[in-house]
Amino acid sequence: MTVKSDLPQGTLDLLILKIVALGPVHGYAIAQRLQQVTRDVVQVPQGSLYPALHRLEYRGLLGADWKQTDTGREAKYYQLTKKGRGQLEAETADWRRLAEAIGLVLKLSEGGAR
Amino acid sequence: MSWWQRLSGRKQMEEQLDKEMRFHLDQHISELIAQGRNPQEAQREARLAIGGPEQVKENCRDARGTRWLEDLFQDVRFALRMLLKNPGFAAIALLTLALGSGATTVMFTVVDGVLLKPLPYPAPSRLVAMQEKTEQATRLGNLWAFAYPNYLDCKRASHSVEMAAWRETGGAIREPDRAEYVDSRQISADLFSVLQVPVEHGRAFTSDDDRRGAAPVMIISHEMWKRRFAESPSALGAQIVYAQESYTVVGILPAAFQLDGHSDVFTPLGQDPSPIMERRDRHPGLQVTGRLQPGVTLAQAQTELDLIARPLAKQYPDSNAGRTFIANSMRPDVGDVGSTLWLLLGAVTLVLLIACANVANLLLARAVSREREFAMRAALGARRGRLIRQCLTESAVLGISGGILGVFVAAVGIRPFVTFWPGNLPRAEEIQLDWRVLLFTLGISLLSGLFFGLAPALRIPSRNLEAVLRSGARSLTGRARRLLLVSAGILGRTLLRLASADPGLNIHNVLTARLNLPNSTLDTPARIRATWQDVLDHARRVPGVVSVATVDTIPMRDGNNQLQYSTTPPPAGATQLPMMLATSVSSDYLKVMDIPLLKGRFFDDHDRQGSENVAVIDDVLAKLAFGAQDPIGKQIWFPNTDTPYSSGSANPEAARVIGVVRHVQHWGPASDDQATVRAQFYYPFAQLADAYVRRWSDLMSVAVRTSTAPLALVDPLQKEIRGASGDRVFNQILTMEQIASDSLAQQHMLMLVFGIFAGLALLLACIGVYGVLAYLTSQRVSEIGVRMAVGATAGDVILLILRQSMGMIFAGVGVGIAGALVAGRLLEKFVAGVKSLEPGTFVLMIFVLVLAALFASYVPARRASRIDPMRALRQD
Repeated sequence: MTVKSDLPQGTLDLLILKIVALGPVHGYAIAQRLQQVTRDVVQVPQGSLYPALHRLEYRGLLGADWKQTDTGREAKYYQLTKKGRGQLEAETADWRRLAEAIGLVLKLSEGGAR
Repeated sequence: MSWWQRLSGRKQMEEQLDKEMRFHLDQHISELIAQGRNPQEAQREARLAIGGPEQVKENCRDARGTRWLEDLFQDVRFALRMLLKNPGFAAIALLTLALGSGATTVMFTVVDGVLLKPLPYPAPSRLVAMQEKTEQATRLGNLWAFAYPNYLDCKRASHSVEMAAWRETGGAIREPDRAEYVDSRQISADLFSVLQVPVEHGRAFTSDDDRRGAAPVMIISHEMWKRRFAESPSALGAQIVYAQESYTVVGILPAAFQLDGHSDVFTPLGQDPSPIMERRDRHPGLQVTGRLQPGVTLAQAQTELDLIARPLAKQYPDSNAGRTFIANSMRPDVGDVGSTLWLLLGAVTLVLLIACANVANLLLARAVSREREFAMRAALGARRGRLIRQCLTESAVLGISGGILGVFVAAVGIRPFVTFWPGNLPRAEEIQLDWRVLLFTLGISLLSGLFFGLAPALRIPSRNLEAVLRSGARSLTGRARRLLLVSAGILGRTLLRLASADPGLNIHNVLTARLNLPNSTLDTPARIRATWQDVLDHARRVPGVVSVATVDTIPMRDGNNQLQYSTTPPPAGATQLPMMLATSVSSDYLKVMDIPLLKGRFFDDHDRQGSENVAVIDDVLAKLAFGAQDPIGKQIWFPNTDTPYSSGSANPEAARVIGVVRHVQHWGPASDDQATVRAQFYYPFAQLADAYVRRWSDLMSVAVRTSTAPLALVDPLQKEIRGASGDRVFNQILTMEQIASDSLAQQHMLMLVFGIFAGLALLLACIGVYGVLAYLTSQRVSEIGVRMAVGATAGDVILLILRQSMGMIFAGVGVGIAGALVAGRLLEKFVAGVKSLEPGTFVLMIFVLVLAALFASYVPARRASRIDPMRALRQD
């Protein structure tokens, strides 16, 4: 069993936005996909997923619709709003910059910093 | 979705949240089953993975951001349900609050209308009131009403203020068969444009009207239009004979228009032909107001006025040297009613405080029965803050409901209050329940709701409830109600003492009235004197008249004339001489007022111009001026500028004292003791200097002693006195009894209101004592049961409970004494005639209080004595 680490603060929203950006999707599927794409490395407690979804919906970043699933049950499908797309792009850019900066720091060889 | 939609769609939201959770769980379970778990295990694992669906749901609700509002909604609904479930508690609490906030609302409405509301003109903050100001102050101060020429110069020169003026007058309107006295104002043409109040019908005056010799025109009040013309448009252009001149009505004012006091007739100021209007050294009571031009500040206007005054002082040094003009923000003139009103508002706040403390006690008592409910909520995970919030919401709901009822109480109570106000409440027409008042009531009821809810709420969770309850019951309520009771007691005693005080004259069966003489009879001093003599002669003929006199200043009525005197010839330019009240009377004055003559004689018909100047003084002046010596035959001297007699010589004049009478309380029984000028000096109207006769004649009143009810003689007297031209008309008709009671108006009013407040407070206090004791007794049911089982009688039990309440009551009495002492001092300061605490009052009030509290405790005590021991012991 691989060691799972906690999600860095504030990144759950970004991940949710990214997954929803791929197309309308319900909560359970989001949980599934999060687990798949992070290859079980990141632990997403299902308990915090729904409050996050509701918070994003309340802030107008996500829209929601009730639709039939393939099996004929009604489920709440989330999709990205225009505001949500903007937020996703901004946060993605932020994340990249941060990751790059941290990468640069980590690349320094011992004694290389003068 | 807006927050409102979220809130209103709450139920739908809950359903959807539930459905979403279920969907998630079902999906997870079916997937786990597909992986080969058995259904039970799958269900368990799915629930574990999500970490408790209810917890998740709760977090989702929090995430929505409208959580507090939803909670509030829920709490309010819950609070209303709780109120309906306990109708007894709700009724007592709501009644208490309704009375408290209702009384407060009434007082605030009055304070707001009379003291706080701005003047009833557009942009009132731009209006200024203007006066003349001298460098040297005399005993009357250094502010003076404008002289008319100064006003005109100021108005012409000023670019920063648009000025207007008016002056109070009055006169008779004559009709073929009768005459009516009306209050009127002479106004400058632009008064209405400065105030920005357009006339309702017709036109305002133009500058053409506002000069001597112009055609007489008149604007009438809406009320007069209604009274005389039944609101017919034909009033415009109608002729009215006023002050012996025929005026054309050109305008009618809107009903809501107010200047200063009541006035029916407005005539152009510039048409006044009297010589006094041409003099810079005379101040004929001109009120000057102005509106600051756009963009001009008060300070800029003041600077300009200073610049205007300077050349005038050079040009007219006799009258204008050292004289400037000043402008102040214009404020409603409400006289001295302010301190009374604030005092009453303070008192009513105490009533509200008592109401709050009572409801707090009731809530505390009720909190016990809800202890289990709160323990349950806490066990289910409610945080302490959340519970406190719920409690506060409940008390706020209670407070606001009480406030709404209070508004109804106020709506009913406000008119009687204004009507019962003794004398005239200034600006009474401004007193209305409006949005300002509603906002105030909402504010205080919300605030008081939070205030009385705080103690019970913070108690959560706490054990020593009884201690809280007992201490709360006595400290606040005790202090506040004692304060009111003692205040009411002090005022009651004061009023009794003052009303029974001897004002120094017999106030029964005396009628007084001012008399308006037509201008045509006022042209020479001799004719004026003859006219007054004629009035007296006619009045004497009316059946029922015992004696009649003329007098310039009537005791206890507004108005007095203060003169400086000396017992030796004063040096020229002497200042700092003592003062006395001078009254000019005709020879029967003593008989009319029934003032005892102590020594010598009073005036008779031989004391006239040309004979020696004579005077009668009161015992106070006799003592001040002559000490133990016999005053008869002594002389009283006047500085030459300040004498009512005049032989025309430049030397100081004197009058010989021919009699001494008893002191009369000119300032009324309440204030006469403390008045700075009390000494009295009477001189015959017949010896008044010619120069003053015309002015005195305007102020003169007729006083009549009657053998029957004085008001019944008004019509016969009026008919007899009316004169050949038919327009000598009475105004300000008052009996001396009315004048005396008006002089105690403030005391009467305070006494009445404090009495009502104290009664309210006592009622509330009894409800409070009853509530607390009923609760404490209910807590001791099983103990009492045991006592009775081992042989205590019903009497023993009653005594037991009463002893407990006595402890509470007397502890409270001690706390309240300090507060009552403070209240006494305040009253002494603000209400004339109040003496500091009389121990009798104090003891009496405490007795009343203890009695009431005992009565309130008797009911629960009696109930306790009827406890059935068997049933009590089986409880729990």
